[in-house]
Amino acid sequence: MTTETGLASQAETARHRAPTRAMSTGRAGDRIFAGAARGSGITVLAIIAAIGVFLVWKAIPALQANEAGFLTSQEWNPNANPPKFGIAQLAFGTVMSSLLAMLMATPVAVGIALFIAFYSPRRVASGLGYVVDLLAAVPSIVYGLWGLAVLAPHMEGISAGLNSALGWIPLFGGDSPGKNSIFTASVVLAIMILPIISSISREVFLQVPRAHVEASLALGATRWEMIRMSVLPYGRSGVIGASMLGLGRAMGETIAVAMVLTYVPGINLHLLEDGGATFAANIANSFAEATENGRGALIASGLVLFVITLLVNMAARAVVARRKEFT
Amino acid sequence: MAKRIEVSGLHAYYGGVHAIEDISMTIEPRSVTAFIGPSGCGKSTFLRTLNRMHEVIPGARVEGKVMLDDDDLYGPSVDPVAVRRTVGMVFQRPNPFPTMSIYDNVAAGLKLNGVRGKGKLDDVVEESLRGANLWNEVKDRLGRPGAGLSGGQQQRLCIARAIAVQPQVLLMDEPCSALDPISTLAIEDLIAKLKDQYTIVIVTHNMQQAARVSDRTAFFTIAGTGKPGKLIEIDDTSKIFTKPEQQATEDYITGRFG
Repeated sequence: MTTETGLASQAETARHRAPTRAMSTGRAGDRIFAGAARGSGITVLAIIAAIGVFLVWKAIPALQANEAGFLTSQEWNPNANPPKFGIAQLAFGTVMSSLLAMLMATPVAVGIALFIAFYSPRRVASGLGYVVDLLAAVPSIVYGLWGLAVLAPHMEGISAGLNSALGWIPLFGGDSPGKNSIFTASVVLAIMILPIISSISREVFLQVPRAHVEASLALGATRWEMIRMSVLPYGRSGVIGASMLGLGRAMGETIAVAMVLTYVPGINLHLLEDGGATFAANIANSFAEATENGRGALIASGLVLFVITLLVNMAARAVVARRKEFT
Repeated sequence: MAKRIEVSGLHAYYGGVHAIEDISMTIEPRSVTAFIGPSGCGKSTFLRTLNRMHEVIPGARVEGKVMLDDDDLYGPSVDPVAVRRTVGMVFQRPNPFPTMSIYDNVAAGLKLNGVRGKGKLDDVVEESLRGANLWNEVKDRLGRPGAGLSGGQQQRLCIARAIAVQPQVLLMDEPCSALDPISTLAIEDLIAKLKDQYTIVIVTHNMQQAARVSDRTAFFTIAGTGKPGKLIEIDDTSKIFTKPEQQATEDYITGRFG
C-alpha cells in the first residue's frame, strides 16, 4: 500500500522536474529510452488496474450470494449455506486498533523526533535516528512473535490495571480483561508505526527555518519555549500527516495482529477483553480453509480495506503537501 | 533602561575557526553605535556575542568579558536565556512568528516573561506598536497574521516585539538590508526615536546609513580569508567619516577597499 502511493508521488515529483517533451531529439536511443520509461509507467498503472478489476470480479459472486448486509452485519459465515457475512466487526477492529496505535505512537514519536532534532548531541542524533529507522526493518512476523510470546503475558496485568482504574469508560470496561485483546494488538501496532511517524516528524522539525528558531531564542525563550513557539506550529501539519501515514500502515498490518488477537465473533466495545478481528488478520486466518464463496467474501473485505487505506493515505499526503505552501 | 556595554578582550570561535579576535570597546547608553566593515569581518558575529546568541550555533564559543553596567554577561552563574531577555535583537530578515497574529507576535516575549491578563497585555502591545511606528497601520487588524504585512511593516513588527519586553539594549543586525528605501527610512526614523530610551547597536553594510543614524561608529575588517576579524577603530561617527585615525578606515570609507 505505502510503497504504491510512494511510487505515485515519486512519479509526480519526477513529472514536475522533467524538462519539456520537446527536448526529445528523435534519435533512436532517445526514442528507445522514452518508450521504455513510458512503458514502465504504464505497466504500474496497468498492474494496479488489474488488481482492482480482479478484486471486484472475484468479489461480485460472493456479494450476490450474501444473505446478510455486507456493510452492517457483524457475522462472518461466508462458507455456510446460505452464506452470511458483513464487515462491521472487521471495520470496527481495524479502525479501533489502528486509531489506538496512532494515539499511542504519535506522542512518543514526536518526542523522539524532538530529541533527535534539538536535544541530543549530534553524534548521538544520527545513531539514534538510524536505530529508530531500523525498527521499520524488523519483519512483522517478528513483531507478531514478540507480541504473542513477550508482550501479551505482560499485558494481562496492565489491562487489569487499566480496567479497574478506567473501567467507567466503556472502551476500558468489561468483566474479563485479557491479553489477546485489541488493546494488546494496538500496542504492537504502535511500536510498528513508530519509525515512520518519528522519521517524518524529524525531517519536518529539521526544516524549521533558522530565522524562526532564532526569533524565539532572541526573545529569551528556553529550549522548550522555543520548540513551543517556533517548531511545533511550523511542524504541526507535517506531524498530523505523518501520524495519518502511520494510521494507514497500521490498518493494513496483517500477520502481527493475526497472531496476537483471539477471534471472538461480534463487536465488543470492551477493547481490553480478548477478541476482535481486523480485515487483514481475518483474511490471513481464514483464506486457507475458505470455500470458493468464502474467498470471494474475503476479497470483498480486502477491497473495503483497500479503499479505506487509500483514503487515509491520500488525506495524509494532502495534509503534508499543504504544509509546503506555508513556508 | 539603557545600560552601558563594556567589552574587553573578546574572542569568538566557530568550532576551530577563530572568527573575531581580541575586541575591546565601550558602547554608550542612549545612543546609536554602528558597526561597519566588509563582509565576513565578524561584525555580525560580534553583535551576536552581546546577547549570547553566538553560542546557539553548535560548536560556537566565546572568550573574554562583556559587562552590561555591573553585570558580567558571561559570568559562570549567568543564564543566557536571562541575558536575551535583557538584550533584545532584530534580525536581517524580518522574522515574525508565521502562525501568530500581529497581537500575539508582540505579546510573545511578554508571555514568556509570565505576563498575564488581557488588560496589561493590551496596553503593552499598543505601546510597543506605537513605539515601533506601526500602530496606526495595524490597529484595525491586530488579529491578522503577522506574516501578511509588507516587509518593512514586518521588520517594525519585529522591533515592536523586541521592545515590548523593555530590554536594556537593542541589537540590530542589518535591519534594513532586505527592505526598500521607503521602509528603510521608516526604520531609520524609528531608530532615531528609540535611542532616547535604549542603547542601540546596529550592524550595517550601508555607510550612508551608518552616517545618518549613528552617534558612534566602529570599523571592523579582516586581514585576509580565514583570518579572524578585528576592530580597527571606534570613534564618533562624524570623526570616522571625516578624519579617521587609521589608514584602513579611510581606505574603506573612501571606497578604495571593500
